[in-house]
Amino acid sequence: MLNRERSLTRGGDQVANESAQERWRRLFVAETLRPGKFSTMSGIPLAPVYGPSDAEFPGLYPYTRGVHASMYRTKLWTMRMFAGFGIATDTNARFREIIRSGGTGLSTAFDMPTLLGLDSDDPMSLGEVGRCGVAIDSLADMRDLFAGIDLGNITTSMTINSPAAVMLALFVAQAEETGVVRARLGGTLQNDILKEYQAQKEFVFPPRQSMRLVRDTIAFTAAEMPKWNSISVSGYHIREAGSTAAEELAFTLANGFAYVELAREAGLGVDEVAPRLSFFFNAHIDFFEEIAKYRAARRLWAKWMKESYGAREERSWQLRFHTQTAGVSLTAQQPEINIARTAIEALAGVLGGTQSLHTNSMDEALALPSEKAARIALRTQQILAHETNVANVADPLGGSWFIEELTDEMEREAEIIFALIGKMGEGSMLEGCIRGIEENWFQGRIADSAYELERSFNSGERIIVGVSDFLEGNDDNELATLRITNEDERKQRSRLEQVRLDRDANQVRAALRRLSHEASDPTLNLMPALIDAAKSYATVGEMMSALADVFGRYVEVPSL
Amino acid sequence: MNVRVLVAKVGLDGHDRGIKVVARLLRDAGMEVVYTGLFQTPETVASAAIQEDVDVVGLSMLSGAHMTLAPLVVQALRERGSEIPVVLGGIVPPQDLDELQELGIAAVFGPGASAEEIVRTITGIVALSS
Repeated sequence: MLNRERSLTRGGDQVANESAQERWRRLFVAETLRPGKFSTMSGIPLAPVYGPSDAEFPGLYPYTRGVHASMYRTKLWTMRMFAGFGIATDTNARFREIIRSGGTGLSTAFDMPTLLGLDSDDPMSLGEVGRCGVAIDSLADMRDLFAGIDLGNITTSMTINSPAAVMLALFVAQAEETGVVRARLGGTLQNDILKEYQAQKEFVFPPRQSMRLVRDTIAFTAAEMPKWNSISVSGYHIREAGSTAAEELAFTLANGFAYVELAREAGLGVDEVAPRLSFFFNAHIDFFEEIAKYRAARRLWAKWMKESYGAREERSWQLRFHTQTAGVSLTAQQPEINIARTAIEALAGVLGGTQSLHTNSMDEALALPSEKAARIALRTQQILAHETNVANVADPLGGSWFIEELTDEMEREAEIIFALIGKMGEGSMLEGCIRGIEENWFQGRIADSAYELERSFNSGERIIVGVSDFLEGNDDNELATLRITNEDERKQRSRLEQVRLDRDANQVRAALRRLSHEASDPTLNLMPALIDAAKSYATVGEMMSALADVFGRYVEVPSL
Repeated sequence: MNVRVLVAKVGLDGHDRGIKVVARLLRDAGMEVVYTGLFQTPETVASAAIQEDVDVVGLSMLSGAHMTLAPLVVQALRERGSEIPVVLGGIVPPQDLDELQELGIAAVFGPGASAEEIVRTITGIVALSS
């Protein structure tokens, strides 16, 4: 495939008659490489990338082959393992274990009440506290969560959406309490509210009011937190909810375009917001289709940022992404074989050029991961990184007729979907995404695709090992799984009760009153009021209620 | 026999892929299916089940709260004088099965349950209870 792009504005790319390969080489030699020999096991030396001189090359627009010229020769992907359960001290212990066993980034899973902005003592929280993740009610919990971890020297990802602004406020308040200024904080807030309505269904406020909070976090981090990624635009949940690969790709990128348009409405230029968006994709079990999806994602984003949104900075064109292996592909039957599924999916993420990776544990169709299962999942990544040599060559499948055609097909299918969304929004992707949610368009398409897939399993057209075939061994169920008791719920409730007793009630009341007041003025940025409330020990539930008093609450119209 | 089923999500769990797929599969099998949407309480589910005069209630739970919430749905139905059977689908560890049965859950469908198995079991439970 020819690279037709010849007019880059950055990186000294104006040398006349220079081939793509020569341009790539100039970028490559400027990179620092990690130590190690880049050769096969038998000693055959390996080039950093392969292809004819007029091929596409990594590090060059439109980045089909990767966002960095040297890819994993400079830095391996970040092994970012998602963890969180019980009360904050439990998760803190797991975080320290991850750091000890070589994990290089933290990723926080919150429990359902926290994700929905409810306190642990809310009646709706019954049975859910500390179960799917860690329970965070106030600054006191945030302090326990990150105790003994230097937030200035590790990147932290927080998977939270409706209360994302509240959690960011708590995080900033906690870091500043330990003497780490907000400008030093590196990490990512998921903060992708659009996919909540489309797929994950953890919403609180109506879509348009939620988008105001997203706008405020984008503007705040752009101004005060230079190392922070304001949104992780997430296809993962769209895919887990049942979409096809092309729908995952297209819905996710369309949501990304919507956030760029939202930031523009807040007065930010595309080059101020696009570099702060990162992406999060699923690695499902169809190996080549997934690799093609990642390649098409990079190419589509680059083209749309440059050509449709007028981005001038290379960083704006470069789609960086996190990958998680597919939870839905795991089976409760013969759970050990999930290690093999996860390894194959992880390999697709790596061959597709992911920046970071979470590998699921073998026991996730049964329970939350046990420590042993989580360790094996991390070891799977370490085998890929250090034993298999797959990280030596960038985009090793590039140039394969099959992969290139599949990449083009993904791109074509996504463009068709972009056109439909654009039409719904009368030219605006932001409006198209919101109307598509309000009209149940995304939700309906995802449910249709999930149903079609399920029918193909039920008809025997597709086989799932251990479920529809190869059942021998299914009765051998000896796996020790993590048990979370209601003890954590009781503990967390009493901790919360103590926080409510210890704080200055007048200060909390004043902070919440200010929050409601500022929420009713859409021209204001709510982050300063939220940080102030966090420091007063207002709880997550109290801050969310103060906002809901103004914003209202969203009820989805049930549809099958 | 025209079987009527109420499928429900109780509590905060928003995973609705399974419930939507199963609802369509039950419809394919000729059952009538009612869905009340996300974030229901045991009380709203029990009231809706009685009001809709369904033959069986199907709960979908993937967040681990089934031991707390599923029995509360059974209890809410019985307190209202209803004997409608309750079945459960989702991520349920095998060691919970016996206790769930004691607490009045008529059947549990784990990950990988086939459409055929779900339809056959529900049909059997309804035949037994009517």
